[in-house]
Amino acid sequence: MTDLLLEARGLCVDYGSGPGAVHAVADADLVLHRGEVLGLAGESGSGKSTLAFGITRLLRAPGVITGGEVRFYRPGGSPVDVLEADEPLLRVLRWSQVSLVMQSAMNALNPVMSIRTQLTDALRAHRPGMSAAQRRARAAELLDMVGISADRLGSFPHQLSGGMRQRVMIAMALGLEPQVVIMDEPTTALDVVTQREILEELSALRDRLGFAILFITHDLSLLIEIADTIAVMYAGRVVERAEAKALFRAPRHPYTLGLLSSFPGLHGPRRRMTGIPGSPPDLRELPSGCVFHPRCGFVLDRCASASPPLGPPPGGRGRVVACWLHDGAQSVPEPLAKPEPDHIGSTL
Amino acid sequence: MTTPVPILEARHLTKHFAVLRSSRGARSALSRPALSRPHGGTVVHAVEDVSLALAPAQVIAVVGESGSGKSTLARMLARLISPTAGDLLLDGHAASGARRQYARQVQMVLQDPFASLNPVHDVRYHLARPLLAHGLAPRAELDDVITGLLERVALTPGSQFLRKYPHELSGGQRQRVAIARALAVRPRVLLADEPVSMLDVSIRLGLLNLLGGLRDDDGLGILYITHDIASARYLADQVIVMYAGQVVESGPVEVVTDHPAHPYTQLLLSAAPDPERGAPPVLRGRGSPPSLVSPPAGCRFHPRCPHAMAVCAEQVPPMLSATSEESINKGGPGHSAACWLHSPDANPQKET
Repeated sequence: MTDLLLEARGLCVDYGSGPGAVHAVADADLVLHRGEVLGLAGESGSGKSTLAFGITRLLRAPGVITGGEVRFYRPGGSPVDVLEADEPLLRVLRWSQVSLVMQSAMNALNPVMSIRTQLTDALRAHRPGMSAAQRRARAAELLDMVGISADRLGSFPHQLSGGMRQRVMIAMALGLEPQVVIMDEPTTALDVVTQREILEELSALRDRLGFAILFITHDLSLLIEIADTIAVMYAGRVVERAEAKALFRAPRHPYTLGLLSSFPGLHGPRRRMTGIPGSPPDLRELPSGCVFHPRCGFVLDRCASASPPLGPPPGGRGRVVACWLHDGAQSVPEPLAKPEPDHIGSTL
Repeated sequence: MTTPVPILEARHLTKHFAVLRSSRGARSALSRPALSRPHGGTVVHAVEDVSLALAPAQVIAVVGESGSGKSTLARMLARLISPTAGDLLLDGHAASGARRQYARQVQMVLQDPFASLNPVHDVRYHLARPLLAHGLAPRAELDDVITGLLERVALTPGSQFLRKYPHELSGGQRQRVAIARALAVRPRVLLADEPVSMLDVSIRLGLLNLLGGLRDDDGLGILYITHDIASARYLADQVIVMYAGQVVESGPVEVVTDHPAHPYTQLLLSAAPDPERGAPPVLRGRGSPPSLVSPPAGCRFHPRCPHAMAVCAEQVPPMLSATSEESINKGGPGHSAACWLHSPDANPQKET
């Protein structure tokens, strides 16, 4: 098993406080290993972006962390309690150890600063020993790394295409050679060919630099191709986490099964698919018991009154699921009991 | 097999948007020797020579990336934009009459469920408007007719939705209201421009199944515009692939997705997410779509094409037959691609 890098246990994030607080993330567990690609899948209101911002303590008011712990395991150093870390430590952590590529990166770049200035900004803040000339050289090197010619250093964001702006964001995120890069819907607004090119480049960079990726997206079909492990979130909770191929071939949670059935295939026989009836819940009025039970095709009586904990299903090899169907008290419906695929090179 | 007269037919539709004069000399850098430019100025060649025929009880998907011209094509078919050249036919006759009459036959559903409904009016108001405007229901029966429309788009019980405002509905429900509004005038054609792209994944199929039901049960002809080729394969019968304003491939949807004949379609399919894929895809053809102000000569895809030949840079390829046994068996128009590789005289060079 490869080294543990980042771990969140029982993380809770609320927006607002008091009785009207919205529980955006409830009791979430997350585990990231060195060099791993962890996919975080979910729809609107699932809490996936909030979880990512919570882990890096970048939540905007009125978001507040109300429970749990987050540990970052520095290579060769002692673990850092991220939730207790003071500002100076956080500043070191952010960007040099954990960086972020945000959603709609094309809008995240400062429109009145040149690309060069934005790339050297982080260098100036974190590497005081670098001279201006060294910073410029590093900026050119970073652009080259993402396949953009250095003569674009003087350009402004509006002079670059969407795909190029995304690549600049990635270059900025890799500038200090972090251990973890968190990417929130990094390719959603791009066309499918540009998306694939950027993912290829990211994969090559990962092979070269060895960073881990937390890849957040609603596109589960993409995650199955590119992630090592996938965690599925629904209404603020992690409902299942497993190795990517195992999740695809042998889902254990009814929501995962429904989500997988929402992506029509590119090939193979055409058959009618139904997706999941109903819609994701309003976080202000969550269903009792298991948050998914009103939409679940396999619902049991106890699902409406008790919320299932996240734990390993019987025979589960390193995977976890939050579902009463797997507590051993009844036989599991066939679609949720498919045999695990053979593990080839699992990182778990 | 005799093909029925298509309800809606586009013949060689073309749209050039004039580029407004800019203050500096930028235009001179962009201008080219004259092609047919309406006002002798610079134009954006948004849609070039597109033909299609939509039959009753049929879904044609128009697949392309942003900038491919698919939305401009839809707006020409809706007669919201007038074409620069080409003809639009409804039931075989020129669609040049009053737009209001045309709107009774051809309706549009748009991408953004948040923007297409007026936030200050309730659902009942939105559906009553077209009914009253076209004199389709007496005031006394409005509630019944509207409730019926809502139930047709699976918003049941319809009566519960009458007084709801858009902000009280989910994205999927709003989109169903938009479809109900389009169906109010009992059209024969629905032009759906990215109708599910902004909806959560788990509810997209419900909407797509609704559109499929309108085709199967009500015989509607539907044009489904999308960048998502997997959903096109799910819903559509025929597919048209557009690139840089032109049609590059068309045919039965399974044939085109299983045996793409045009290098751009092949690129699109290899780039699209596919969990069943064993190994990472090999992309053939880097780069991005060309400028539509001065598109490449000949085939617009040739600068990116791994199979480009000399002729590709000189002459625009016509739609050439790529028909195989399989596409003949599927019936309907055969499979064709605008690519010189499918010319009987083709002599493809080795890949560069």
